[in-house]
Amino acid sequence: MKILTGNDLKTGDVVWWDGQDWSRDVNDAVDVGAEADAILAREDAALRVNAGYAIDAQRTADGVRPAHIKDRIRALGPTVRLDFSLKPADTDISGWVL
Amino acid sequence: MYQYDHYDQAMVDARVAEFRGQVERRLSGELTEDQFKPLRLKNGLYLQLHAYMLRVAIPYGTLSSRQMRLLGDIADKYDRGYGHFTTRQNLQYNWIKLEQTPDILADLATVEMHAIQTSGNCIRNISSDQYAGAAADELVDPRPYAELLRQWSSFHPEFDYLPRKFKFAVIASETDRAAMRLHDIGIQIVANAAGEIGAKFHVGGGMGRTPMIAPVIREFVPALQMISYAEACLRVYNRYGRRDNKYKARIKILIHEIGADEYRRQVEEEFAHILTLGLEPPAAELARIQSFFADPSFEAELPEAIDRSDPDFAVWLDQNTVAHKHPGYTVVTISLKPIGGIPGDASADQMRLMADLARDYSFDELRVTHTQNIVLPHVKKADLYALWQMLEGAGLGSANLDLISDIIACPGLDYCSLANARSIPLAQKISARFADMDRQRDLGELKVKISGCINACGHHHAGHIGILGVDRKGTENYQLSFGGSEAADTSLAQITGPGFSEDGVVDALEKATEVYLAQRSDGERFLDTYRRIGMAPFKEAIYG
Amino acid sequence: MVETLLRYRGDEASAAPAVSFAAFADAGNAAAVRIEPGDDARALLPHLSQLARIDIAFPSFGDGRGYSAARILRENGYTGELRAVGDVLIDQLSHMRRCGFDAFAPDRPISADAAAKAFATWPEVYQKTVDGRTPIWALRHRETDHG
Repeated sequence: MKILTGNDLKTGDVVWWDGQDWSRDVNDAVDVGAEADAILAREDAALRVNAGYAIDAQRTADGVRPAHIKDRIRALGPTVRLDFSLKPADTDISGWVL
Repeated sequence: MYQYDHYDQAMVDARVAEFRGQVERRLSGELTEDQFKPLRLKNGLYLQLHAYMLRVAIPYGTLSSRQMRLLGDIADKYDRGYGHFTTRQNLQYNWIKLEQTPDILADLATVEMHAIQTSGNCIRNISSDQYAGAAADELVDPRPYAELLRQWSSFHPEFDYLPRKFKFAVIASETDRAAMRLHDIGIQIVANAAGEIGAKFHVGGGMGRTPMIAPVIREFVPALQMISYAEACLRVYNRYGRRDNKYKARIKILIHEIGADEYRRQVEEEFAHILTLGLEPPAAELARIQSFFADPSFEAELPEAIDRSDPDFAVWLDQNTVAHKHPGYTVVTISLKPIGGIPGDASADQMRLMADLARDYSFDELRVTHTQNIVLPHVKKADLYALWQMLEGAGLGSANLDLISDIIACPGLDYCSLANARSIPLAQKISARFADMDRQRDLGELKVKISGCINACGHHHAGHIGILGVDRKGTENYQLSFGGSEAADTSLAQITGPGFSEDGVVDALEKATEVYLAQRSDGERFLDTYRRIGMAPFKEAIYG
Repeated sequence: MVETLLRYRGDEASAAPAVSFAAFADAGNAAAVRIEPGDDARALLPHLSQLARIDIAFPSFGDGRGYSAARILRENGYTGELRAVGDVLIDQLSHMRRCGFDAFAPDRPISADAAAKAFATWPEVYQKTVDGRTPIWALRHRETDHG
């Protein structure tokens, strides 16, 4: 599936398009199909996202998994500071990016 | 150290006001991201993998206690309680909010700090020798020359849209501790036969995808013509540096393509013209700046003897201190490389503690090194034990300066949007593998440098052992290289062969150390043995 | 497109069409010329006295060669109009002025008020250039210079 990511303009937080709004959780990301460019153009113009782009991802039993390691690390947080990750309580989570 | 007068302060304040307006225009939509990006970069603000990142300039790596304390306070107030010291002697905050950036810059300005020109295609922060003003082997303190260059390069109207970024380093001893010849311009302050002070200009060095060692472009530029000569070097580059391909836009490529002789000829022609314009600050200005770098009030007749009865302290003493120019004092390096830690990271509490230690033990002064450690430049030998105990208590007592666990690592794919592979976890694995102190000391000086992409922020080309992370079909892969150096014997590392997985590269590195231990002659470092016996025995051990 | 011109000179703007740098050599007595980033401003030096206006093109704001071209012309005594033309943005105006530009024809209009504010960005300057401003190092040592 195709999902959209970018950063919140004001805070810089990594965000994912959930169909209505931008979520901090990659698992909320929805397949945008062929709408990627149109949504990004609209959201960028409305200053609701910065530096947005579309990526390939898969929906798995665990949630949404971006195709490339760079976007998986974006989704999770730095693997060397899991206290700031999407799942700070899960100490084994860094393997997820591989 | 240098202190701002009302002119310097007004310039930094004006910059904060300018950037505040630019951020407002971005947040209101008046500026697009494409228009805003070069403006924010010139204030050190990146959009990284997880958030905005702010790079704060630490001119020539020198900090006061007050400045270091504020850096810690900013980490708590605006970030997540830590910061990352970089290979260009700067500090990066990883979790910055755009809307708060003008306030951060305003806070920095209260202690004479800023983020001016820490990114963008302009003249970047001037780096220098972290032992300046303290080293026993220096000709003069290089920092007044670096400060002259800092002022000249700040908001330089002609050189704000260069073909690419531009980095200076200034040193004043034969021992190069600043990777001087791997900069766009590397200046060594030297004396000529008549004893006059001047600048030896090396131009066209750099790392990145095409590493080059800077050739000497002029052996001696009189000190009071240094700015004019730099102006000539930059003007030739601004006019003729390549702009058709960003990967060929650094000055090293221009000089490589036209040749050092032709570049020198053009610079000399421009220099002759510029000398007629009277652009050079007068001797009185250099003297004014130099007065700020006068020696602190060193005490006389201090004891030289140090009680070495605590064996852990003795190891640290031998490893992390070097000779000071003044009797009774020593230069201390605080390692930011604990086993399994993140190279160059310091918590807000650690920053404040280091600030306090500098106040109590080092005339209020600290330095940042390009190897991502912190230096207390002027510590009484009599205070070393008390200082070491404080450092130990704060996780800052690692006795590994220049050893295998004193690894340079860029932020890599954990933080950086340019990276292809992670650097930090690899550094952690290497330091854990070689955690045993006796083993590290037996291996001796061994500089491991890791970059997560070809831009080489982790200086892998200059590592005795260099590691470059690459993306191989979506998987992290690491290329190993040997034989680099960024010291006075500057050399570029050579790739061993096919790349490795993260664990594979740690194993390969360990095998290489075994080859060294088996083959070394008396007194040889890993680098020396490699240079003597060549790549073949290492390759055989690693791939055989 | 709205034609905008910001001009900071006391004389009348020259209406002469600017010939291209390539055509200039053959144009004989052209009073205005336009140079592109790759053109060598020094080639104009023998002809400065005949020129009332030199347009320096900025096809993209990130290409900074025009700043050097402007300074070189001023350093060699050019006193006519020096106009920055093209992708000229407000955040560049003050540096351009410092390099000798005294007229601006930006692709996207800039108001005179906004330009005035941009020129006032820097209370002082660190470098001596061609705009006549006294650099900070000279201000610091004024007393000793005259004493």
